[in-house]
Amino acid sequence: MRLPVSIWIGAALTTIFVIGALVSLVWTPFDVTDLDIQARMAPPGGAHLLGTDHLGRDILSMVMVGARTSIAVAIVAVVVGMVVGVPLGLHAAANRGGLIDDIIMRGNDLVLAFPPLVVAILITAVYGPSALNAILAIALINIPVFARVTRGGALSLWTLDYILAARVAGKGKIRISAEHILPNIANLLIVQGTISFSLGIIAEAGLSYVGLGAQPPVPSWGRMLAESQTLISLAPHMAVIPGLAIVFMVLGLNLMGDGLRDVLDPRLRRDR
Amino acid sequence: MLRYAATRLGSLVLSLWVASIVIFFTLEIVPGDPATFMLGLEASPESVDALRRELGLDEAPITRYLSWVTGMLIGDFGTSYTYRVPVGELIAARITVSLPLTLYAMALAAVIALPVGMIAAARRGTLADVAIMGVTQVGIALPNFWFAMLLVFFFAIGLGWFSAGGFPGWEAGLGAGLKALTLPALALGLTQAAIMSRVMRSSMLETLGQDYIRTARAKGLSHAQVTRRHAMRNALIPVMTIVGLQFSFLLANAIIIENVFFLPGLGRLIFQGITQRDLVVVESTVMLLVFTAITVNFLVDLAYAAIDPRLRRRG
Repeated sequence: MRLPVSIWIGAALTTIFVIGALVSLVWTPFDVTDLDIQARMAPPGGAHLLGTDHLGRDILSMVMVGARTSIAVAIVAVVVGMVVGVPLGLHAAANRGGLIDDIIMRGNDLVLAFPPLVVAILITAVYGPSALNAILAIALINIPVFARVTRGGALSLWTLDYILAARVAGKGKIRISAEHILPNIANLLIVQGTISFSLGIIAEAGLSYVGLGAQPPVPSWGRMLAESQTLISLAPHMAVIPGLAIVFMVLGLNLMGDGLRDVLDPRLRRDR
Repeated sequence: MLRYAATRLGSLVLSLWVASIVIFFTLEIVPGDPATFMLGLEASPESVDALRRELGLDEAPITRYLSWVTGMLIGDFGTSYTYRVPVGELIAARITVSLPLTLYAMALAAVIALPVGMIAAARRGTLADVAIMGVTQVGIALPNFWFAMLLVFFFAIGLGWFSAGGFPGWEAGLGAGLKALTLPALALGLTQAAIMSRVMRSSMLETLGQDYIRTARAKGLSHAQVTRRHAMRNALIPVMTIVGLQFSFLLANAIIIENVFFLPGLGRLIFQGITQRDLVVVESTVMLLVFTAITVNFLVDLAYAAIDPRLRRRG
């Protein structure tokens, strides 16, 4: 099967950022804590490829380390959302209409009723702003999302003949969920994972922009934008570059997610 | 329909009740005593105690929870610790900024997205469709606060058409108020328009593929008539749900946009409340946002069921 072009573009964009983030673990063009006072707010080009900020820090290096923060926060939030949400959804589907199903789905509705930003504000109000609490907030929002997707996918499978065969063969609900349901909804989960990943990147940026995410000195894209705000007319590159980083990263993930959905879920393909 | 409405109303009340418990007791464990915070570290224990009594902090959490909830039912949101005025007044003053901003943004989003989505659907597969889909893909990836900063850079600092922030108040006239809200509303609305136009497009495509559309064409209606009379109305149903969901999303996201433009809205109120440990303000404002989200969803569900009787069967 030929993969759509959008997957390739999306994967390429995403890979660039992932490589940048990984490389930043061992090497960045400059140390992100290095203050080059002589070269404050230097425009892109020259010794500092993407210029410097108001303290003379190298923006390319900060974008690389910022990618690490963003990706780490978003991935952990997605993984936590999956690890908690998927079993809940599987359980709800296996015991459809039961008390547990009801409680799980009502609980989901409740969390979904809180606007995500409000959840983040509540959590950071209680535990203080930090990257860890940003992860917690985003993960909490991901849990009902994954539970819902899992339950929806699993419910339609439970009515199929091969599941009935497995039940007749004496397999319990938990074993069926793990051995037959889960592998068959993996597609859905991969697509949702990509989407949640990109939403997580935006959420992390928004939280650190208002000061509720990663704290100094950890560089993050959102805080780079916050710091650039009052200097935007003096040094537009300070605002443009981290913003573009967010857009390209999110765009890459979304293109990949849409493309994967087309490939993995043929039912949706007729829409295109 | 009545029975459906009653069940949904029941679950609405239940959700609100649970939400109030979650909000109150989450903030209850916030470290730092508001009274100590207000008086500073050097304050004598006696004066802190006196203030705690005055604010009602010496009572058991459950008592305070009950008085908070029963107060809200009659429109009393409590008294702000720092401003010493009723929270209701604070919220009422701020909501005259946040609510118009949200509605303005939604109107902009709908005015742009619905035609754009329909054009893309009608010209499916053409260059116009591909271009629209490409632009909306970028629009979804744009963080709205960054988009807001760019708008300020181009239209306020560069061209000088708008001021970069602040709000003159509605006393300055409707025109001046709306002008101050235009850039924030664009920042909020355009990124939403990207999502909305994609939903409109796929909903329209879905509808145009239905048998009754073919029947309408077969009985001799023109393409324009079919689109207007049959396809558009049905395609708008899923879009309506998204609009409803987006309302509460926009209201919450206005919090961040208000920060960019220094607007005196609910967002500023919440952030100030958090930094000053003014928990009553935070509690009540958050509760209001959640109340709005839950109620709007409820109304959308009802409207949905009124239009499409098949949905009433689901509890």
